Amino acid sequence: MSKTILAVDDSASIRQMVAFTLKGAGYNVVEAEDGQAGLDKAKAGGVNLVLTDQNMPRMDGLTLVKSLRGMPQYATTPILMLTTESSDAMKAQGKAAGATGWLVKPFDPAKLLEVVKKVIG
Amino acid sequence: MSNGNSQGGGGIDMSQFFQVFFDECAEHLGNMEGLLLAIDPATASADDLNAIFRAAHSMKGGAGTFGFTDMTDVTHVLETLLDRVRKNEIPLTSEMVDVFLQAGDVVKAQLAGHRAGEDGLSDTTPASEICVRLQQLIDGGAAAPAAAAQAASAASAASAAATVATVATAQSYRIAFKTAEPAESLEKVFANLRVIGELEIVVSPKPRKRGKTAQQWELRIAAFASAQKLLEQFDFVKTEGDIGISAVVASPAGAANPAGVADSTAAATPAAPQLKLVPAPAVEAADDGFGFFDDAVGVPSIESKAEDGFGFFVDIVPPVADAPVQSPGRRSTDQPSVVSGIAGRRDNDKVVVAPQVDTLINLVGELVITQAMLAQNGATLDPVIYEKLLNGMAQLDRNTRDLQETVMSIRMMPISFVFSRFPRVVRDLASKLAKQVELKTEGEGTELDKGLIEKLSDPLTHLVRNSLDHGIESPAVREAAGKPAKGTITLRAFHRGGNIMVEVIDDGAGLNREKLLAKARERGMAAPDTMSDQEVFQLIFEAGFSTAEKITDVSGRGVGMDVVRRNIRDMGGHVEISSNPGGGTRISIRLPLTLAILDGMSVAVGEEVFIIPLTYITESLQPLPEHIKSIAGHGRVVQVRGDYLPVVSLHEVFNAKPNVTEFHKGIMVILESEGTKAALFVDGLLGQHQVVIKSLESNYRRVQGVSGATIMGDGKVALILDVAGLVNTPKAVFAEAA
Repeated sequence: MSKTILAVDDSASIRQMVAFTLKGAGYNVVEAEDGQAGLDKAKAGGVNLVLTDQNMPRMDGLTLVKSLRGMPQYATTPILMLTTESSDAMKAQGKAAGATGWLVKPFDPAKLLEVVKKVIG
Repeated sequence: MSNGNSQGGGGIDMSQFFQVFFDECAEHLGNMEGLLLAIDPATASADDLNAIFRAAHSMKGGAGTFGFTDMTDVTHVLETLLDRVRKNEIPLTSEMVDVFLQAGDVVKAQLAGHRAGEDGLSDTTPASEICVRLQQLIDGGAAAPAAAAQAASAASAASAAATVATVATAQSYRIAFKTAEPAESLEKVFANLRVIGELEIVVSPKPRKRGKTAQQWELRIAAFASAQKLLEQFDFVKTEGDIGISAVVASPAGAANPAGVADSTAAATPAAPQLKLVPAPAVEAADDGFGFFDDAVGVPSIESKAEDGFGFFVDIVPPVADAPVQSPGRRSTDQPSVVSGIAGRRDNDKVVVAPQVDTLINLVGELVITQAMLAQNGATLDPVIYEKLLNGMAQLDRNTRDLQETVMSIRMMPISFVFSRFPRVVRDLASKLAKQVELKTEGEGTELDKGLIEKLSDPLTHLVRNSLDHGIESPAVREAAGKPAKGTITLRAFHRGGNIMVEVIDDGAGLNREKLLAKARERGMAAPDTMSDQEVFQLIFEAGFSTAEKITDVSGRGVGMDVVRRNIRDMGGHVEISSNPGGGTRISIRLPLTLAILDGMSVAVGEEVFIIPLTYITESLQPLPEHIKSIAGHGRVVQVRGDYLPVVSLHEVFNAKPNVTEFHKGIMVILESEGTKAALFVDGLLGQHQVVIKSLESNYRRVQGVSGATIMGDGKVALILDVAGLVNTPKAVFAEAA
């Protein structure tokens, strides 16, 4: 049973690249175009890892992380933030929201795969 | 670097995502421009600023990921400035909006270049210039806070000049230093540097030891900033010895093109440091590309060793080697679904119409003709004996119509494709002419044939420019006339009958009848006072006709309005003008729904059949003998409800043998084109048809009075009349031609 990754990003091209890369490595990928859509799709359950962008319309990444952490089924699910910022302030916010880690954009597919493998194998 | 990062890590071909990225980028640019055009610097809402920021941010992210470094460069500076504006650190000015729009144009050009498969624009000057402009706004905003900025304009101009001198192009610097401080402490410095320019960590220390030995760092940064400014960032870093900073000489390519290539190659590749660092386990500790939050949930158990705020992947042997091996093998099975995803994502976009579609439309046209032919022949069959055949033909009729409608709809595009360019046209022109104009658009969703969309763009642009230049008055004049200082131009599209109406409406000065008449006489045109308003207004479409007192470089040379009318006629449409002095002008363009099919009335002259486009026919009647009058030198006229209309005998125009020569025994078809009416004399009316237009020009040659041909149900060819030509051209021309 392959693991399912929820990829949340408002950029369709990034989403597609992420999905393609991860599907190529045998993961299931569920895509969502913003935080709200991500939350809705997460509610369906079965997500082993969440990758989310920060800056998105409707609901940003931090809000999504907080919302997910508020749900019992996502209390311990790894959540990585894909962000262009890696400042201390951002890290503090990410950590406070309950994210597991971050990956700086732009990243290359191999890097993404490497990180994902480390997190969920 | 070739066109984008087409071969990303992990052996994945990134170029497959380009199309989606391009479309996405175009959408962001469009949104950004729309928001910027609508924005009022004084009252800009946080939502709008955020949306604009997000557009720049998303473009930067995508461009960085897919390796379009020239776009990354511009969007990075743009994003930085927008970020500070949305955080209220720098006040938004209308000048900024202009620069943002220009930056959008630059990115648009870069995008077009990449779409065309180029490695980037050969001329990088605009990109460098816009980066400098944006950077100046960032620096200016930081140096002189809001209120002081305007007061000390002289000072800021001087400092701006100084900035130009030092940062004409992005300069690459190599920064080397030794420090005992851990990577985390330096992170803040790196973050600041990233705001200034594109940072690359070239050398970073081995995994942290708890010792206090200083370790070597080497950075490379491309920035529009001085070495001094970069060094200031290290004020709070304890280093062993001095920090070495040196300007890096650009690559030979950069030297040949000092304006921009240097920075685009050096500033470049935000992905590069990670790409380089990933395979080497030794440098992981310094890898700021990703990490785990300490105590964060979801961290794999082996990460519990993490210390000092957040965890690195220390001691883990990264299974990097697996990745490239695994992915290609498994990817092959997933590929089809992804590819279909790409194709299906924008299923409601009909931007791209393949050439096959034109062929398809032609074939369907032929099918319609064949079907009509069968129907006509079948009409004579005995419905009792041939019941099944006739039922089948009825079904064929329905299916053909459905197929035709569906195929036609492929070619349909919303008129917003044309309208969307006007906010910018109006804004630029209004500021050039120092006028205040608001553009309103209505009915952007109205669909029409793609061919018409393309042809409509130029004439419409001309009309809008004309309205702005000649129609809308200057704010002072408007206020003096008791009108709001800000004029309004409305673009409206809607369906009327089987036509599309496109209107350009302004609330400007309106057309001046007397001025037009005077001008016409000056030009030696026949312009009697008895001309109707409509006829007088149509004068503006005459070649060489301009009433502008002062010729501007915008319009007013009298070149163009005649071209506008010709273009619209070529589309099978026509133009009408209504205007009231002081109240404004409305120019209405009536267009057929499609170029390929026409609703026509077939009329007979002897053995010949002609098609009259239905849109020109106002009525048909059989005149009484006493309503026909002969006027010496002017041919004959027919009296229709008090109006005298010139009579055009179709058999005379085409030198055909009519069955009827006496006017009261035949039919007068009253035609109206661009405000001019005429009565067309024919033997009789045959019926109303949808006909498929075949170009006479491409198959034979242009014939006076004929706009095309079609094949009738019985297989015969019928000519489609060029009504505008027939009504407006003096009979003498036909007499000579015949």
